[in-house]
Amino acid sequence: MSMIKAENVCKNFGDLEVLKDVNLTVEPGEVVCIIGPSGAGKSTFLRSLNHLEKITGGKITIEEKPLDDRINGVNQIKLSSKERTDILLKMGMVFQRFNLFPHKTVLENVMIAPVHVKKIDTDKAKKIAVDLIKRVGLADKQDVYPSKLSGGQQQRVAIARALAMQPEIMLFDEPTSALDPELVGEVLNVMKQLAEEGMTMIVVTHEMGFAREVADRVVFMYDGRVAEIGTPAEIFTNPKNERTRQFLQSVL
Amino acid sequence: MDTLKEMAGWIPALLQSTGITLSLTIVSVICGLIISLFLALGKISKSKILQKLCGAYIFFFRGTPLLMQIFFIYYALPLIYSGFTIKSRFIAAWIAFSLNSGAYLAEIIRAAIQSIDKGQMEASKALGMGYGQAMRLIIIPQSIRRLIPPVGNEFIMVIKDTSLVSSIALIDLMKRTSQIMSSSASALVYIPAMCIYLAITAAFTYVFNSLEKKFSVYE
Repeated sequence: MSMIKAENVCKNFGDLEVLKDVNLTVEPGEVVCIIGPSGAGKSTFLRSLNHLEKITGGKITIEEKPLDDRINGVNQIKLSSKERTDILLKMGMVFQRFNLFPHKTVLENVMIAPVHVKKIDTDKAKKIAVDLIKRVGLADKQDVYPSKLSGGQQQRVAIARALAMQPEIMLFDEPTSALDPELVGEVLNVMKQLAEEGMTMIVVTHEMGFAREVADRVVFMYDGRVAEIGTPAEIFTNPKNERTRQFLQSVL
Repeated sequence: MDTLKEMAGWIPALLQSTGITLSLTIVSVICGLIISLFLALGKISKSKILQKLCGAYIFFFRGTPLLMQIFFIYYALPLIYSGFTIKSRFIAAWIAFSLNSGAYLAEIIRAAIQSIDKGQMEASKALGMGYGQAMRLIIIPQSIRRLIPPVGNEFIMVIKDTSLVSSIALIDLMKRTSQIMSSSASALVYIPAMCIYLAITAAFTYVFNSLEKKFSVYE
């Protein structure tokens, strides 16, 4: 059983084709890192998986449940909004710019979706939230507002907030790109820990060290296409695609 | 000295009419805020019809003189259909000011909502919230703080605009001032009257500044 299956995913913004026949299958517990130059469509692809972008064509299947089968942007799969939400909630998302809710404390940020979306009672949601906040190492910060936290701390809260919905897949959209260099490590450590616990993860990243160390497979995207997929060893030490080689030369 | 005494003597009569000015301002802006929230949500909704309807409403109330709107509601509506007759001048003024204020505040609210970072809506959606839920829990609460200064401004505008109701013979502060002027034949009555307007404005300014501080805790 695959966790995520994307088949021939296409996406146009007007005349601009940002995704061209992207195919990717992710197995349970797998960590897949997507690398590539900016403008390659990495983020757009990730955002298409959880409907932050509407794809123009192709199929997306989450845990064997069809979510999209689009022709000219029209979805052939008819789901009620509850069925769709249930599938989408299998995925948690972490954004480049954290997107914490600034008017809510750390604890409230982590609790809000379980309480209002899953309708879990407040006491239970609080218990889950406190545990998660502890897990990302911010137990002493639960009652402060996000503006009082460093970028790295904010991103760890954002990870806890996504985990509070108990997703089976975590999508990371350049989670460390907005961070000061000295704060990158603490976020990557939380992600590494998550990977070790068996979470299925797709990570769009520029952190080649992380991709090499943690990823089971690395996807290199170029110009809206998957140019090459392989183990970190294959991609980093013996890339087959000329574009991959050029890209790695420029970043490593 | 005598002039000062004379001016002080008018104050009780002026203050009596201040109640009308103040209560009309408060109820109108509050109703205006409710109207404007719906107008703003309509304007940013995906429905073209709603967008157009709300746009037309705003265009109408911002594009015609407020004084004419008051006259229209009080004098013209009953002629169109007798069921629209509004006996109370206060209620007629209240309706006109609320509708007018709603149009001005709608643009303010729309701008405040749209000034919230797009990432907030995306994060809400990624957590499974629907549009309405995200608006109610995440977007609108954050826009409130940004709304406080312009809404305070709207209050101050409306306080002074209420002087227009003297033209439908509602005894507000302005009307009472004119009455005193005719009966005492002294234009000096404008001085205490202006002082009262200034005092109300100062009070509103103070309240809104405190509100702004209170809502800034998280920034």
